[in-house]
Amino acid sequence: MAIEIVQPSVGLSKIAVSETHGENSPYFAGWKAYDENPYHEKHNPSGVIQMGLAENQVSFDLLEEYLESNQEATSWGKNVSGFRENALFQDYHGLLAFRKAMASFMEQVRGGKAKFNPERIVLTAGATAANELLTFILANPGDALLVPTPYYPGFDRDLRWRTGVQIVPIHCESSNNFQITPEALESAYDHARSMNMKVRGVLITNPSNPLGATIQRKVLEQILDFVTRKNIHLVSDEIYSGSVFHSDEFVSIAEILESRNYKDSERCHIVYSLSKDLGLPGFRVGTVYSYNDQVVTTARRMSSFTLISSQTQFLLASMLSNKEFTEKYIKINRERLRKRYEMIVDGLKKAGIECLKGNAGLFCWMNLSPYLNEATREGELEIWKKMMEEVKLNISPGSSCRCSGAGWFRVCFANMSEETLEVALRRLHEFMDRRRNGQKTHDLSALAQVQSFSLGDICRLFGERSKDLKSDLISSLSDSR
Amino acid sequence: MVILRENQALLSKIATSDQHGENSPYFDGWKAYDQDPFHLTENPNGVIQMGLAENQLSLDLIEKWVAKHPKSSICTKDGISQFKEIANFQDYHGLYEFRKAIAKFMGKVRGNRVAFDPDRIVMGGGATGASESLMFCLADPGDGFLVPTPYYPAFGRDLRWRTRVQLLPIICNSSNDFKITKEALESAYENAIASNIKVKGLIITNPSNPLGTTMDKETLKTLMRFINEKNIHIVCDEIYAATIFNTPEFVSISEVLQEMEHDPMSLINPGLVHIIYSLSKDMGLPGFRVGILYSYNDNVVSSARKMSSFGLISSQTQYFLASILSDEEFVEGFLSESSKRLAKRHKTFTQGLEKEGITCLASNAGLFVWMDLHRLLKKPTFDEEMDLWRLIISDVKLNVSPGSSFQCVEPGWFRVCFANMDDQTAEIALKRIHAFVVKKGRRNERAPMNNKRSKSFQKNLRLSFSSRLYDETNMMSPRVMSPHSPFPRSPLVQAKT
Repeated sequence: MAIEIVQPSVGLSKIAVSETHGENSPYFAGWKAYDENPYHEKHNPSGVIQMGLAENQVSFDLLEEYLESNQEATSWGKNVSGFRENALFQDYHGLLAFRKAMASFMEQVRGGKAKFNPERIVLTAGATAANELLTFILANPGDALLVPTPYYPGFDRDLRWRTGVQIVPIHCESSNNFQITPEALESAYDHARSMNMKVRGVLITNPSNPLGATIQRKVLEQILDFVTRKNIHLVSDEIYSGSVFHSDEFVSIAEILESRNYKDSERCHIVYSLSKDLGLPGFRVGTVYSYNDQVVTTARRMSSFTLISSQTQFLLASMLSNKEFTEKYIKINRERLRKRYEMIVDGLKKAGIECLKGNAGLFCWMNLSPYLNEATREGELEIWKKMMEEVKLNISPGSSCRCSGAGWFRVCFANMSEETLEVALRRLHEFMDRRRNGQKTHDLSALAQVQSFSLGDICRLFGERSKDLKSDLISSLSDSR
Repeated sequence: MVILRENQALLSKIATSDQHGENSPYFDGWKAYDQDPFHLTENPNGVIQMGLAENQLSLDLIEKWVAKHPKSSICTKDGISQFKEIANFQDYHGLYEFRKAIAKFMGKVRGNRVAFDPDRIVMGGGATGASESLMFCLADPGDGFLVPTPYYPAFGRDLRWRTRVQLLPIICNSSNDFKITKEALESAYENAIASNIKVKGLIITNPSNPLGTTMDKETLKTLMRFINEKNIHIVCDEIYAATIFNTPEFVSISEVLQEMEHDPMSLINPGLVHIIYSLSKDMGLPGFRVGILYSYNDNVVSSARKMSSFGLISSQTQYFLASILSDEEFVEGFLSESSKRLAKRHKTFTQGLEKEGITCLASNAGLFVWMDLHRLLKKPTFDEEMDLWRLIISDVKLNVSPGSSFQCVEPGWFRVCFANMDDQTAEIALKRIHAFVVKKGRRNERAPMNNKRSKSFQKNLRLSFSSRLYDETNMMSPRVMSPHSPFPRSPLVQAKT
């Protein structure tokens, strides 16, 4: 490939040399381990199983079935005559037929409980772009967005990297199932102010990644009241809205706004994408839906940097305007995800592991805190390493999601076959058994370490008279090797 | 829906600034077109869009290929077996087959005089996204990039809006056919330094938009030596590389780098060289958003690749292009035929204009001509240029782009696109120009609001102002935003959606 390049001192921008892209976090180290030794049912049955990737692969057959029976609609049209029109279409408004289809799909996902206007839909190449774009519009460099923890690790890059905007966490605790409280909101706001940062908005993910749970109506109302009081924005990333196991358990901010007759709605913006609900991350289909006219206009102009391929808009316009297909898809997809969720939660329970009670998403939020050697980030990373190296599972540690309590892990279940999931559960079960049995000896030496006594210290402390005690300690320390 | 109150204070400085550029006259012409678009049968008196640099002359070749290769689409019976894998593929490295095909294509376009490494190919949301990302990689807010005038109007948005980089013009004049001189280059650089602006690089478009000319090897070498001497970057937007239809042959910065790299006297640092590319012009596929960033700097490749997450190319499109561009026979045939068709259209156009006494800058590439109407101006001012432009839109019913929107320092130049229409429309455009020129030879009977009489010019061209010039629909206040997108739509596309 290339020759070694010596960088001139006046080389690249600060953005380019910063680490804010976040790729040096443990979040990615796990993927590397997987990349080097990927599981395969036949060819590599002892490889690393990828459970760190929130992909939805459970309903592809439904999409393929649709394509097979609707070839003309989804190809370039009769006799390829649609090709030219398609290839030339670069209007940043986006294909109207596609926007209409997206609006209608978003309505269906919400069971018709909210209406969406195609004229407010701005298209971007993925939710990644949508979130960054909104941040550019709502905040200046140095300003803060409040984001509840734990949150999607990609936000560190998407919201901060090129925008120069800061994330100030709204701390959520396991004690109340990580729900956002008014106190936590106020506290985050005050903390930002104390650091002289201007707070521009709150960004929530509903259903939550990594919790796999929807935000309750009452909490949404409180958040909306909070942002109104502070005169700041609210961005609701609803990328998992179609992955709620029971449709009546999801309340979108859109419904709340409608119920309030859109009073104060110009501060609200929704981000959506087809990457999770339809399992099409490769197609780069994201959208910003804003109730603020100026944001819509500006976002539309900015979308020039990240338009959706007209080829893809054309394909999806036809697919998503087929209401019979989308109704069926949404329903079946929900059921399959629910089934998977139940499977993994039961399997984990049998292995002695509890999860947060979830009702959405492509993952569960697993609690390994009782099994940590120490209730710290280090303790969490230690068990995470074991997961990767011994159990050969790539899962995501809570610390990469900025979770305040140690020991939580996000475990994805929808990016593999049921058989692979069973293999993963079996491995976990065996690991937990081993760990429980080996735990006793381990505890003693851990205790000694935690108290930072060296062998020398112990000898000095107990002197000659404790020869027996000393020899006991020595033998237990050497056993733990 | 309730009309929501705007709250200016709530949005960022970037959001409330004007740097998106849409209030420039560049877009007013499109608005006029949007309201009255020409259509051969349905609206034969409408405005003909000649402000849109699209290549529509050879799409039929691609259509034929598509019809014969159903496997290239993951939606057909033949291609569907790939659907799941492709739809799931979001790796920001991009499909290997796609990168390989693009690298090969880029090499072919340069007559295989250079080879491109697929691992240096980084995706962007069109050249628009790719060039913005490159600025984010190379410059900090407030830093400056030198750019020769006249230049593509959207650079103002693409390179400056969110990056907050400054553009530092290198003034070029018609006296030497708008070529970059060393003096102009040095002068622009010195001015920036004197104003305390950190110059991070130079960006050139080669072949040039709007000039349609290519840079000779000596000029490129001069630029390379300059940037190395100053230790700044050079970004070459080669988006029109395959629109060359005449000699001199295209010389890419990659060829110059290759030549100079091994010259011990040159001391060239490849880490300063970056190319922007796209398939929007060469292949006529602007809708597919295929932006390419190619850098000889490993750190830039790495950084830009991470940034490409904000503008990846749809995997469906990557797959299709990997397929068509690996068909070497098709590619060779396409490049050759496309070039011929562009040559023919260019000739028809320039000859047609010459008959009316209108000259254009001699050009060998691009999808447009750089038309010289400075003799039609009563005074060499930009106000006169704008008046003339509005007249062309209202009387000749052609949307052309005034030189001022390209930051040209000399009034009277216009960019006129010729490749975004069929032969009949091109004929009609020429006929209209002819009619306009002839009419101006006669006295205008309607009492103009402004009783101006034209001076005589060469070949009896006379200019008079019709009252329609002051028609409100054409005199749009820059603050008024059109409900329609100022974004281009081809006159051939009945965009009913």
